[in-house]
Amino acid sequence: MSTILIIFCVLSAVTLATAFLTIFSRNPIHSAIYLVICFFSIAGHYLLLNSQFLAIVHVIVYSGAIMILFLFTIMLMNLNEEKEVHRPRITRLGAIVSFCLICLILIAIFINSKPIVGEYVTTGEDYQSIKVLGKVLLNEYMVPFEFASILLLVAMIGTVLLSKKEKLQK
Amino acid sequence: MNNILNHIGIENYIFLSVILFCIGVFGVLYRRNAIIVFMSIEIMLNAVNLLFVAFSTYHQDAQGQVFVFFSMAVAAAEVAVGLAILVSIFRNLGSITIDNLKNLKG
Repeated sequence: MSTILIIFCVLSAVTLATAFLTIFSRNPIHSAIYLVICFFSIAGHYLLLNSQFLAIVHVIVYSGAIMILFLFTIMLMNLNEEKEVHRPRITRLGAIVSFCLICLILIAIFINSKPIVGEYVTTGEDYQSIKVLGKVLLNEYMVPFEFASILLLVAMIGTVLLSKKEKLQK
Repeated sequence: MNNILNHIGIENYIFLSVILFCIGVFGVLYRRNAIIVFMSIEIMLNAVNLLFVAFSTYHQDAQGQVFVFFSMAVAAAEVAVGLAILVSIFRNLGSITIDNLKNLKG
């Protein structure tokens, strides 16, 4: 086994374990912390795939912005772990069974599609440096880029309107 | 370091993101706390982003990564709006268990 494969296996184990712990931990703050670790390991995967800019943006956006938003919302709501009532056992059993079935079906599909995937060849061409990404983003994807800014503006206005305290109707 | 997929193989990335996506689906089905449901949706989005980057490396094309940028922007907007909705639900109902939200059931 090469070193890169070992790094990949360790990162994948961390990703999957923290994703499971996110779902299974009782305290929502613990879930958020585990999710931060999961996002950091996914950024490690991006680094392993040699896309450094995306890894840094991922850390900034997800581990920085989104998780801070989650943590502040959790603290705003003052959630206790005792408050949560569990689902009936049949629902949980159904969730577990459907999880196993989806995993089985998707993995079976991708195992059978392996001959189509084929072998990997490198041409040595530069395709994921910041320079190339910026050129692609601002030449071919100029219009979606502007629409993304409009989307963020609309989301900001909507968030302010939604979380504003409503006055009592008279 | 220029050809990482020779060492790892695209199948391993496919399996990793499939399992990660299924964990997200499982979290949506299993928990009834709405914040954890949101976190599971984030896990699903991240699984798809990871597969996008892996295939962008596989095809040596920058467009996959550009798509990941857009999906990150959409995810950020979605989380902001979703958490604002959760805060207003919490103000009105006093809890965020999703089983309380069945007024549309009739």
